[in-house]
Amino acid sequence: MTALRPDLAVIAANVAPGSRVLDIGCGDGQLMAELRDRSGIDARGMELDPHGVADCVAKGLSVMQGDADTDLADYPDAAFDYAILSQTLQTTKRPDLVLDELLRVGRKAFVSFPNFAHWKVRASLLWNGRMPVTRLLPIAWYETPNIHHVTVRDFRELVVAKGYGIEGEWFLSGDKYIGPAAAAWRAEHAVFLLSR
Amino acid sequence: MADAAIRTASQVLELPAPLPLDGGQSLSGVRAAYETYGTLNPDKSNAVIIFHALTGDQCVASPHPITGKPGWWVRMVGPGKPIDTDRLFVICANVLGGCYGSTGPASLAPDGQPYAMRFPVITIRDMVRAQVALLDALGIEQLHAVIGGSMGGMQALSFAANWPERTRAALVIASTARHSAQNIAFHEVGRQAIMADPKWKGGDYYGAKGPDNGLAVARMAAHITYLSEEGMHEKFGRKLQDRDAKTFGFDADFQVESYLRHQGLSFTDRFDANSYLYITRAMDYFDLAEEVSGGEGSGRLADAFRASKARFCLISFDTDWLYPTIESRTIAHALNAAGAPVSFVELSAPFGHDSFLLDVPALDRVIAGFLAQ
Repeated sequence: MTALRPDLAVIAANVAPGSRVLDIGCGDGQLMAELRDRSGIDARGMELDPHGVADCVAKGLSVMQGDADTDLADYPDAAFDYAILSQTLQTTKRPDLVLDELLRVGRKAFVSFPNFAHWKVRASLLWNGRMPVTRLLPIAWYETPNIHHVTVRDFRELVVAKGYGIEGEWFLSGDKYIGPAAAAWRAEHAVFLLSR
Repeated sequence: MADAAIRTASQVLELPAPLPLDGGQSLSGVRAAYETYGTLNPDKSNAVIIFHALTGDQCVASPHPITGKPGWWVRMVGPGKPIDTDRLFVICANVLGGCYGSTGPASLAPDGQPYAMRFPVITIRDMVRAQVALLDALGIEQLHAVIGGSMGGMQALSFAANWPERTRAALVIASTARHSAQNIAFHEVGRQAIMADPKWKGGDYYGAKGPDNGLAVARMAAHITYLSEEGMHEKFGRKLQDRDAKTFGFDADFQVESYLRHQGLSFTDRFDANSYLYITRAMDYFDLAEEVSGGEGSGRLADAFRASKARFCLISFDTDWLYPTIESRTIAHALNAAGAPVSFVELSAPFGHDSFLLDVPALDRVIAGFLAQ
């Protein structure tokens, strides 16, 4: 098995065994397969790209083709122990509403996103006056699916404003952990575990 | 050609007991004509049923008994194919009401005359009930999967909902949990065309020339619903048929007219008009939520699947306007609400409803992946 992306590894290591999970934007199902095979977790997925869904079905996973912005409404309240949204929040039309939906269908939610306040992004803006194209944000501004860039501070503020609890937070640069003090500018990835 | 290596067998089973029907009657002496491919393993755990569509037949991967053309799903069923006969024992039976060897309106009633319109009106669940009886006769307790496209998908849903312990998986392609007003309307056009043909004679045409004109028109109307608008435009556009100018008459000036007339006429060589009436009626009556709730009409689709432990996979096509994506999505949501493991995907293909029969590589991948589990 190929190694999980670092933010997915954080999530996989922190989901309670035997729980029910909805992975939104599950791609080819790598995380779901890992959760199922390693921890006996009942993982379901949602993915917009039909090729991703086909990959998942071929792995024996249960995945609905759907859009995080609109199709979470079809799930009943608290249908899952965890809703997982990895690297997808910044691509949604209304991240704030998606966050509400995550914590409606899941009792808890893992959210991971690329930190737009990473120093390389800041430097690119400061020195070049250009939208950054980096390892984690590799696509030019006009064609990137990332339409709502967010920083660690922005995200934390939104969560607090909505009255949700933060049960865990992990910050990564590559596959190395960064302490929370320096996370705002040194973290490439952030992973949050939220609760209602 | 690899297809030659398929181990296949054609058989007819006469059901040992009368078959009870949803309409309240029961039919005795019901025959089920079926084809098998591959080998049933010793613990009888590798069987799948493929349910055929409205005008399909049991020859899913063997030559058509009348036309001699290759089986209708030969691209999907065979050794090493997505429905892999090296691994699976594939059963496909002609539906109850059909005209390829299973009991239908053209069969002889106990009085030695064809049933014709004395044949009882049947439902999708009646068709499935006949196939469950076939499984009983074969001693197969539980299927690896039930599989079907279009009307075959309806049977797969009905099977999984009504006999939940008899299958471990259900694969439903380009189908619906109930016939819409538009679906019923198109079928009614076809039935009226048949019944308006003077040769139909109230259904008692056996032994004489049947209502070929009416049946051909029914097929023409239905065939339009199987294609996509863009597919039709691409294939025919406004091109003229074997002529340089319009004739200012009512010949088949346009290629699309000529094509449809051919489709209609060739259909009459291989299908019984009364079977067409009965099978379309069964489809129109299909409403899975209602069926499972006992006909009260208040049933929730999710309740239909409460007892099921099967895995489900629903597939739709973006150009299918007969059973559009929303129908598959509705079923998938109901299954989700019932807590069933379900996958749903809308595939992109240019061929409209007929996409499930044609070359769509993504379909092969999903089917192979789903059945490999």
